[in-house]
Amino acid sequence: MRSDRGQSAPLGLKIAAACGLLFLHLPILLIFVYAFTTEEKSFVWPPPGLTTQWFAVTWNRPDVWDALSLSVRVAAISTAIALVLGTLCAAAVSQTRFFGREAISLLVILPIALPGIITGIALRSAFALADIPFSFWTIVLGHATFCVVVVYNNAVARFRRTSGSMIEASMDLGADGFQTFRHVVLPNIATALLAGGMLAFALSFDEVIVTTFTAGQQQTVPIWMLEELIRPRQRPVTNVVAMVVVLVTLLPILLAYYLTRDGDQIAGSGK
Amino acid sequence: MTIAAVQSNPTPAILPGSGGMRGAFSDLFWRRPKLLLLLMLSPPLLWLGIVYIGSLFALLLQSFFSIDEFSGLINRKFTLKTYGDLFQAANLDIILRTVTMAALVTLASAIIAFPIAYYAARYARGRWKALFYLGVMLPLWSSYLVKIYAWKLILAKEGILTWLLAKLNLLWLLDAWLSLPIVGGNSLSVSFTGTFIVFVYVWLPFMILPVQAALERVPGNLVEASSDLGASPAQTFRNVLFPLALPGIVAGSIFTFSLTLGDYIIPQIIGTSRLFIGQAVYSQQGTAGNIPLAAAFTVVPIVIMGFYLWGAKRMGAFDAL
Repeated sequence: MRSDRGQSAPLGLKIAAACGLLFLHLPILLIFVYAFTTEEKSFVWPPPGLTTQWFAVTWNRPDVWDALSLSVRVAAISTAIALVLGTLCAAAVSQTRFFGREAISLLVILPIALPGIITGIALRSAFALADIPFSFWTIVLGHATFCVVVVYNNAVARFRRTSGSMIEASMDLGADGFQTFRHVVLPNIATALLAGGMLAFALSFDEVIVTTFTAGQQQTVPIWMLEELIRPRQRPVTNVVAMVVVLVTLLPILLAYYLTRDGDQIAGSGK
Repeated sequence: MTIAAVQSNPTPAILPGSGGMRGAFSDLFWRRPKLLLLLMLSPPLLWLGIVYIGSLFALLLQSFFSIDEFSGLINRKFTLKTYGDLFQAANLDIILRTVTMAALVTLASAIIAFPIAYYAARYARGRWKALFYLGVMLPLWSSYLVKIYAWKLILAKEGILTWLLAKLNLLWLLDAWLSLPIVGGNSLSVSFTGTFIVFVYVWLPFMILPVQAALERVPGNLVEASSDLGASPAQTFRNVLFPLALPGIVAGSIFTFSLTLGDYIIPQIIGTSRLFIGQAVYSQQGTAGNIPLAAAFTVVPIVIMGFYLWGAKRMGAFDAL
């Protein structure tokens, strides 16, 4: 369509774009090098030597495992709740026209559009007013609230591409509402939901600001890391955990990308 | 048509109910789509309404309470005194510092984001396009704390940046910068410069995506037409590209501005001991136990963002999201 297909970019633009991308990626790559350093007390560069001993040390740390298990449980349950709520909301907003439709999409996006600290302190003061003690479920409550938006974004994008006449055809051919959902709607939106679910999982797994307000004594992985950043106990262990966290969050992002790449570009653009 | 003819017709116009509970529900939803809509909407609306809006309301309510300065107890009577406290010199300082930082971060992100977005939108094709997309997506979604941690490693006195500058014989430049007032400090990791760099780094992807979305919609021949008509690249940028990219930049700035306003972790880990709004909220509700003041502080970013969103909407920024 465009006439500039074969044209190449000016050198200055190429350099600026490449520098920008390097700026985005080099710091993360640096984490991988530091995970192998032999230095314990400081962040000295270049590393005086390389070793894999810290992986074993980290493996044997119960606090790391506790944090990881809590994070995975919170993320799994929040994702499940967000999947149900986000899909329902997306279906309602995209399939029908009704009064207040715009307001609903705003309401869904609000928990992510306002700074996390507002969501966090709002939840905390609500818990205080209602005398709800901090627990596993208060963390889930906060996480599910802002995870709805990623599922919603993905599902809405897919619903828009799914033609409504398919549902009508299914009903005309004698399927009832549940059969239509099971055999027509669900297969159509399945990959979008999977992608949304993975992004929601990654978002919850990584969330720290809201969690600091809704968790009591329990530590998720980000809370554990924050604690280590403020009061370092064993720096090499932090390095290893940081590297593992990068790897763990990258996989769902890549998968979500491959699931939604043809067509809806919206996958993660509304983090 | 006679009655006999109707009876001989094997399929009547109105089908009988499908039978069973499931069938009954299915028929009910078909006949009353409003009911189905209500059933679909109520769980998410109840959740967001009660958990989120309810909490926000609770927070707003508390900002009208005040704290008894002697007993430290919260006095649950309506007052505007807490909002008055926001205008004390120290608190105004915090607000001003945060807003300035947010504005600078937004500006810098826009400048760095533009070439990446422009290249990805206009020149990258096929595999390169995917690479650019992932190249922005992966840093966006990688762990926020890990990114901050990476910068702690980079900016540390013994870290890679000092090492690199030493290799290039540019250490004097770093020392000169650090000796400046306000932006300087003992080392980059305890200076406003450090805070600024980390903010830009962490929020940059949020700027790239909407700018790229806006630039994707600029037809390539528009740029060619401009240069055919004799405009220099700088003129084309100023008169064609920039105005068309502006809604995208404004959309991106909503994120960079709002996120910087509310963040309290970055300035706590990399920065000076002078507070930002987020840190003030955190310390007021935590160690100081002054929930009303903390609540009043959070109203500041809400109000600023309210005006910002209103202005952005008028500029058509939401079409670029």
